[in-house]
Amino acid sequence: MMLIPCPWCGPRPRVEFSYGGPADRARPADDAPLEDWTRYVYERDNPKGAARELWRHGAGCRQWFVLERDTVTHAVAASHPLPGAEVAP
Amino acid sequence: MSATASPKPARQPERLEHGGLIDRGRALTFRFDGRALTGHPGDTLASALLANGVRLVARSFKYHRPRGIVGDGPEEPSALVAVGAGARHEPNTRATVVDLVDGLEARSQNRWPLLRWDAGALTGLVGAFAPVGFYYKTFMTPARLWPLQEAVLRRLAGMGSSPTAADPDAYAHRGAHCDLLVVGAGPAGLMAAWAAARAGARVILADERAALGGCLLRERVTLDGAPGHAWVAAVLDALRALGDRVTLLPRTTVTGQHDHGFWQAVERVADHDPAPAPDRVRQRLWQIRARQTVLATGAIERPLVFAGNDRPGVMLASAARAYVNQYAVAPGRRAVLFASHDEGYRTALDLHAAGIQVPAVVDPRAGVRGPLPDRVRALGIPVRDGHVIADTQGTARRGLNGVTVNRLVDGGPDMVPVGDWIDADLLAVAGGWSPTLHLHAQAGAKPVWDAERLAFLPDPERGKEWMCGGCAGVLRLDDALADGLAAGQGAAEALGLRPGAAPPLPTVGADDPAMAGSGQPQTALWAVPKPAVANGKRFVDIQDDVTVEDIALAHREGYASVEHLKRYTTLGMGTDQGKTSNVAGLALLAEARGEPIPAVGTTTFRAPYTPVTLGALAGRHVGAHIAPVRRSPMHAAQAEMGAVFQPTGLWLRPRHFPRDGETLAEAVRREVIATRSGVGLCDVSFLGKIDVQGPDAAEFLNRVYINGWKGLAVGKARYGLMLREDGLAMDDGTTARLADDHFAMTTTTANAVAVMTHLEYGLQVLWPELDVRVVSTTDEWAAVALAGPKSRRVLEEATDLDVSNDALPFMGVTEGTVCGLPARLFRISFSGELAYEINVPAGYGDALWRRLVMVGKPFGLTPYGAEALGVMRIEKGHVAGPELDGRTTPHDLGLGRMVSTKKSFIGRRLLERAALTDPERPALVGLVPEDGATVLAGGSQIVAVADRDTPPPVPMIGHVSSGCAGPGVGHPVALGFLKGGLARWEGQTVLVSHPLKGTATPARVVAPHVYDPEGRRQHA
Repeated sequence: MMLIPCPWCGPRPRVEFSYGGPADRARPADDAPLEDWTRYVYERDNPKGAARELWRHGAGCRQWFVLERDTVTHAVAASHPLPGAEVAP
Repeated sequence: MSATASPKPARQPERLEHGGLIDRGRALTFRFDGRALTGHPGDTLASALLANGVRLVARSFKYHRPRGIVGDGPEEPSALVAVGAGARHEPNTRATVVDLVDGLEARSQNRWPLLRWDAGALTGLVGAFAPVGFYYKTFMTPARLWPLQEAVLRRLAGMGSSPTAADPDAYAHRGAHCDLLVVGAGPAGLMAAWAAARAGARVILADERAALGGCLLRERVTLDGAPGHAWVAAVLDALRALGDRVTLLPRTTVTGQHDHGFWQAVERVADHDPAPAPDRVRQRLWQIRARQTVLATGAIERPLVFAGNDRPGVMLASAARAYVNQYAVAPGRRAVLFASHDEGYRTALDLHAAGIQVPAVVDPRAGVRGPLPDRVRALGIPVRDGHVIADTQGTARRGLNGVTVNRLVDGGPDMVPVGDWIDADLLAVAGGWSPTLHLHAQAGAKPVWDAERLAFLPDPERGKEWMCGGCAGVLRLDDALADGLAAGQGAAEALGLRPGAAPPLPTVGADDPAMAGSGQPQTALWAVPKPAVANGKRFVDIQDDVTVEDIALAHREGYASVEHLKRYTTLGMGTDQGKTSNVAGLALLAEARGEPIPAVGTTTFRAPYTPVTLGALAGRHVGAHIAPVRRSPMHAAQAEMGAVFQPTGLWLRPRHFPRDGETLAEAVRREVIATRSGVGLCDVSFLGKIDVQGPDAAEFLNRVYINGWKGLAVGKARYGLMLREDGLAMDDGTTARLADDHFAMTTTTANAVAVMTHLEYGLQVLWPELDVRVVSTTDEWAAVALAGPKSRRVLEEATDLDVSNDALPFMGVTEGTVCGLPARLFRISFSGELAYEINVPAGYGDALWRRLVMVGKPFGLTPYGAEALGVMRIEKGHVAGPELDGRTTPHDLGLGRMVSTKKSFIGRRLLERAALTDPERPALVGLVPEDGATVLAGGSQIVAVADRDTPPPVPMIGHVSSGCAGPGVGHPVALGFLKGGLARWEGQTVLVSHPLKGTATPARVVAPHVYDPEGRRQHA
């Protein structure tokens, strides 16, 4: 079971987290073409190797964060709070 | 001795007079197929059977051939038996790993009617009756016969039978962290654990066997001048002296390596306990997070493949040594050794030393010379080098009684047609060693073929584990000890520990066979040629009855990939996962392909290493403990009133409150009528509640709901619908504005968690710029709905607040004291009646329920459950879970007018897609049966009347989502979806078809709001 470093809580077992798709996907503007929206909602890259992913520490601080992970070896390179997230007190 | 004393234990005819690590002072009684037998503490079931001369222990699963004991450990492919009785019956247990206990009940499998005389063995007699792919090829047509054929085949084929009663035993899970996990407590593992623990590491040392020590218990070796087991005892004492730092786990199989240093292991806590206490766990699943790991899992010996190699009495050479040395059992009295490498000759030496006759050693290599063969020759044992075992002979009951030895033709793959006969009741086979790489490879490492050592070795590129000893291909004892020491020291250094004084390496006896080097390399003889006339088949995988010919046939039919070969022939797919057979199987495939072994590769290694009981995986999470139960704060008060509860997700909700033997339908009818005509009380604490606060709270709600929230006045509530980003409805609920920057949101019971997560995603990922906080308050508030025309009068008795229509109109919200409790009061209605929802802090929930029941008594207040609640919302045409089914848009639900065109919200853009705005989409309608009596069941299909006599498939024009008897309106009503919706169908008749019941009920299509369509009652 992967050990995922939550930026707020530290390393925790994978069962406490859920995966939320690739990171860094911008939600299209409201009036963007329908094609952009379709791509945003339905299309996902399936990278082999290095990936930046969104994960949520649902059984902990409930914060979404970015996890840099290798999808082949499952090696974790780093994790980061989302832009705009506050530093925990 | 009195007449009632139990009979003297039967003599164990094959027990050796001396030696062995067994307690001869105590006799244990056990039964095999009903026969009473004895053994000693320290025995396994297999060694005790052999001590009693029992050689036939199983029938094979496809051909029902007689089978005996092949190995002495977890790799056992053959001796699968059922142990335990009744609910504790466990099939497919390897007799070689079952500790013998007093009173053990064991039975053979796959035999009918008797192990000795088995009807299914006829399938074997018919020879080529069942070649590989037999099922696929033979039973394709006619398909209707398959159920009958399957029933017969299932009786003949198969692996034991499952117990039919619930497992009476308890299982546990235990999490553990350690600096170093050492798997395998043989010479290398013991040295590694000792070295690391001395350096200060917290060490877990796990071994699958009952006694720690590995091969040192099975082999005749001298360490520091004493027997190997004495050195093991001294090391274990030294480890125990280190205290808590070291955890020794015998009888613990590490079954899987998972990500990031996570390992699972199964400890057999009480399997060997003759009388386990009722509160004792039977097995414990360890979930270990280790910073470093040493694998010292040893190696598994391979058999050789030749005609008749599956007969009882054909045994791995290392196992024969183990039975003689560790268990003091003679697995035979006249033993031939068939070895393709020098190390196997140790068996001839050990058997000879135990007084077992060894008429010959047969070795396919020509001109064999070396320390071990020479010592064997010096004992007067003929070494038949350049020869092979061509065939065997024997009987079903006694197994082997002789072998045929043929000379290999020089330089060719053939052998001379006529061989010599040698009487033998034991044939020990030594086909080389396969390092036990399962745990290493499970994490993705690719074992590398070593063409000289004829073995797969650890992947040097992958794997963070320290591999040492036999599993690293280091087979000589002194090398393995040193290798273990180095691994333990390396692990300690990797942990950042300062290496302390290294534990002393023991001196191995100079003339130990374990120290003798190899005179000449092993030969790669993967299958002995088959003589023109042979008694037996050449089995590669004796558990799955896969032969050399099956592999060749599969290859001819195009199964050239090792993964395909495995699935087509079932090679290596048994409970042993091919631990003894896979290498020969893929080597034969490589030969057939004309390629080297690395080009074929191995099949994928997957956890678990050995079979794991479902009980161990489930642990305590069984029965009522499989999930937590959520109860409303009013649960106890409702139970006292006779509520019948129903599970809803994790919740237990009152379904109805029956009186005097009422049926469900009668109770629901009474509750609905009482509420519609007087006043009812319903627990709605189950609804999800989310507190939304912050300067941007209204803007946030605007972005998650389809309708607008900025204009909502403080002290008002509004119905909201939220979509997923794909434009389909996600959830609905009423949200109230308590202050400019403070909203109280409700969600459906089922989606409370999903909505909370959805909101958090919006705030954290999509719009971090919004200054809003959300928190789930579902558990903080107890809530009731007080509904019915008399609800205001009850409420007036319970509060000083002005609850008149002017002061608290429909959708009004206020705070104050109700029944003496701090409360939020919402004038909202799900039933369609004049109604209020009262929220109090959860701790007051019980008091609120009891006081309202008391206050309402003079008004005939009637508690109602989820069933009546559902009925009233259907009558009123409110959508709920069956309508919000993940396929419906706001327009489908009749809520299209709520969709704001002035703002953006989640789902807005994709809701504009042509398919989601098609007027032909199924849309919400009401349905009333024309006979005024038939209840229209949810899930029913709707078809056009014109299609009444159309043969199937009949075009479907919609479906019923929710239906009820409609006690509040006097006739059944239902909600459903029809293509084109109300605009097309209002007033028309359709057929509501229930294919399972074979009914088709004419129903009239009406507007969904059947009860009080103008909404006068809820505004009263």
